[in-house]
Amino acid sequence: MSDTTPSGPMLAADGTPLKISLSRALRRQKIRALALIAPLLLFVVITFVIPIVSMLFRSVENQIVSHTMPEATAALAAWDSAATEPPGEEVFQALYFDLFRAAEAKEHTKLGTRLNYEQTGTSSLFRTSGRNLDDVGEEWQDPIEDIAPAFEDGETWFAMLSGEGGNRILEQRRRLWSEMVDEPFAGDVGLTLSSEVAAFLPLTAAAYSDWAIFEALEEGRDIATRDPWEAVYAGLGLDLRNAETVAAINAYQGPHAEDLQLLTANLDQLPDLMFRDAFAELDEDWLSPDVWRTIKIYSPDYTSGYFLNAVDMEKGADGAQMRPENQQIYLTLFMRTLWMSLLITSSCIVLGYPVAWLLANLPLRTANVLMILVLLPFWTSLLVRTSAWKVLLQQQGVINEILVWLGFVDDANRLILMNNATGTIIAMTHILLPFMILPLYSVMKTIPPSYLRAAKSLGATNWTAFWRVYFPQSVPGIGAGSILVFILAIGYYITPEIVGGTDGVFISNRIAYHISSSLNWGLAAALGTILLAVVLLLYWLYDRIVGIDNVKLGG
Amino acid sequence: MKDLGTEQSFVKFDRVQKSYDGENLVVKDLNLDMPKGEFLTMLGPSGSGKTTCLMMLAGFETATHGEILLDGKPINNIPPHKRGIGMVFQNYALFPHMTVAENLAFPLEVRKLDKSVREEKVKRALDMVQMGAFGGRRPAQLSGGQQQRVALARALVFEPELVLMDEPLGALDKQLREHMQFEITRLAHSLGITTVYVTHDQTEALTMSDRVAVFEDGRIQQLAPPDTLYEEPDNSFVAQFIGENNTLEGVVTQMKGPDLCEVKLDGGEVIDAKPVNVSNVGDRTRVSIRPERVEMNSERLQEGAHTLKAEVLEFIYMGDIFRTRLRVAGNEEFVVKTRNAPDQAKLKPGTQLEIGWLPSDCRALDA
Repeated sequence: MSDTTPSGPMLAADGTPLKISLSRALRRQKIRALALIAPLLLFVVITFVIPIVSMLFRSVENQIVSHTMPEATAALAAWDSAATEPPGEEVFQALYFDLFRAAEAKEHTKLGTRLNYEQTGTSSLFRTSGRNLDDVGEEWQDPIEDIAPAFEDGETWFAMLSGEGGNRILEQRRRLWSEMVDEPFAGDVGLTLSSEVAAFLPLTAAAYSDWAIFEALEEGRDIATRDPWEAVYAGLGLDLRNAETVAAINAYQGPHAEDLQLLTANLDQLPDLMFRDAFAELDEDWLSPDVWRTIKIYSPDYTSGYFLNAVDMEKGADGAQMRPENQQIYLTLFMRTLWMSLLITSSCIVLGYPVAWLLANLPLRTANVLMILVLLPFWTSLLVRTSAWKVLLQQQGVINEILVWLGFVDDANRLILMNNATGTIIAMTHILLPFMILPLYSVMKTIPPSYLRAAKSLGATNWTAFWRVYFPQSVPGIGAGSILVFILAIGYYITPEIVGGTDGVFISNRIAYHISSSLNWGLAAALGTILLAVVLLLYWLYDRIVGIDNVKLGG
Repeated sequence: MKDLGTEQSFVKFDRVQKSYDGENLVVKDLNLDMPKGEFLTMLGPSGSGKTTCLMMLAGFETATHGEILLDGKPINNIPPHKRGIGMVFQNYALFPHMTVAENLAFPLEVRKLDKSVREEKVKRALDMVQMGAFGGRRPAQLSGGQQQRVALARALVFEPELVLMDEPLGALDKQLREHMQFEITRLAHSLGITTVYVTHDQTEALTMSDRVAVFEDGRIQQLAPPDTLYEEPDNSFVAQFIGENNTLEGVVTQMKGPDLCEVKLDGGEVIDAKPVNVSNVGDRTRVSIRPERVEMNSERLQEGAHTLKAEVLEFIYMGDIFRTRLRVAGNEEFVVKTRNAPDQAKLKPGTQLEIGWLPSDCRALDA
């Protein structure tokens, strides 16, 4: 009897297609299975996957530059980064307003720290400049207040700029603030910009909006009565340099038109200060093309800079290039991490194999005692074990004392077993040994002794029987143990930190340094991502060469 | 028991003892002589010492006392790989990481034979067990019976003079097992190899062997060809262990001659029996009668047979035979087997009848 109908798919007894019928029958089971793993899945996703992904995302994220200096980076686009001259006045002018805002919100130091990763000295450049930026604005504030004393009064400013229709500018400035400080800056500022005034005083309107938003929403003050900050005076001074603006003011009839016209009548009293010179006075480095090149290279929102950094490269004027020899560190560290992990894995195999063999072949009672000895390290804190190795390995430590006492080592030439690669290898081999022994043991346990007997009965010597018959069958255990040990070793941190000195540290120590000391999280994330990629690549290679089906953790 | 001189015996156990813990003997005073070409089965319940004997012969266990000789030479101190004994293991022990052909080539490789010779021998051995087409397969890709054949071929490929088999058919189903029993005996006889075969399956032992050694409690209870073993068991253990057996307990009341004695059963009935290992009047004895030697049809009783009253308790139809359970002389486990013939009555439980047997079929054994 055939279950297929002459045309179409197989049908269940009630006429529905068999496939649908089957999946319907299995749905309940699937839902139940999903419900069982749901708590763990949620836990892992929320506490592990999401943070790690967002952490790895930092390795390419670079919005801080364009968010802190939106106008300067935009103006810088026109500058040729191969030039030997610093950019022109318009860039410095934009820099002034950007930096002023950043300095008020104390964001400029973060940017300085970020750019300092790429160009040393940038951090102090931003810090000192931000501190002294007020002086630049005062160059305008004093003469403006001398010519038209009404501008000493905050109410004048408020009345002059208030009106209707100009809130597009206000919203735009609000967005810039929220991007820079990473806060919403929501709420009523208490200001409606006059679009008429904003049209002929664009810089003033922008600077005043900046101030108003910050003052009202961040500081919680009443903007109607307070003096604006110096950048607003600078904005007004710059607007007045524009002949069209002067003409518009002279024709203007709105509030405080007479005060503005006082200014246009006395334009000669306003400074002809150039921002480029002002910044040069703050710090000479502002005239260095290198600083500007760095800013320009790192102005996009996403950058490969951290990754280049992580492989000892840097972005130059014409693309990526190797760092100078004396600044290269990470490639060496990666190679050392890989090499030492391999070494630790092989010594674990060499030391663990005989123990696992004994465990699998001794009578149960004896094997249990031995197993406890193998597991004992698991029951001791990792830190305690590593510290114990410190006691054992140091030059005045137990091992050296015994060797000297036995006469193997001269008292003057005690072995240096710690604070170098040797120390890391010894301590980590010991710590990771159980991870080799346990999978080996569980695989060997499944190899019946009759195989060895059969080999011997067929004429093989003990060695041949072992090598040709037993060993190949224990290879899956070696594979499983090696993967475990190698992957654990490649990311090890505490032990190299304690006994590794400088020659024995791993890449993870450097990652930890960047996470907790230098706070260069982007670089740490890039290093971590590379490490992860290397592990995955090796896993893939392992699968290709050995085959992951050949890995057994037991049974 | 036939005693062969040392010059004739190929395998010889000479007063061999074995203890694992220094307190109990697993093998107690084992003496065994095997001529060349014999198929000998060690049969016994588990823990009777038969596998230990095999392992001592293979070299995986050392005898605590006594000597094992192979072809006249003591082999106690020869390591297993130098003994040149082929062995088939209970679970075949085919190397899982090698193909069938590699498995077979293994013993030839370690003997450093040339590649061409190796291939030739492997091919011949595989053909011998009708597995010629499977050389490239892994053991895991073979069925149980096929693995069994490969294991057999591997034990034979290096042409050993002695082959040991440790319950090799234990994992096969009944039909395949019967087929392989035939295959193994055919091969062993056609190649003229000496075979020691260990099993706990008495049918296997009876159908395959030239001689069977029945093990119990570390000793050989009886060493004899299958028919002797079945028809003339030396003691009640052998009688019980081999085939189905009816026992009636009683006391010897009179020795009527070398081949006849009188036994008074515990139920009061008096019967004649052939004394095997009872010699004195007053000895307690177990009288043993094979179920197929009992006649339920009084018309067919032979001359000299004596009869007892019986009651049918159960009648089981088994196809080729009928199995009738009776109460005889107080024994409710008395079984009679009859051929399924047209004239054979199907008895109903409760039927009273007379049964009978010849005194020569009735053996008075130890109690």
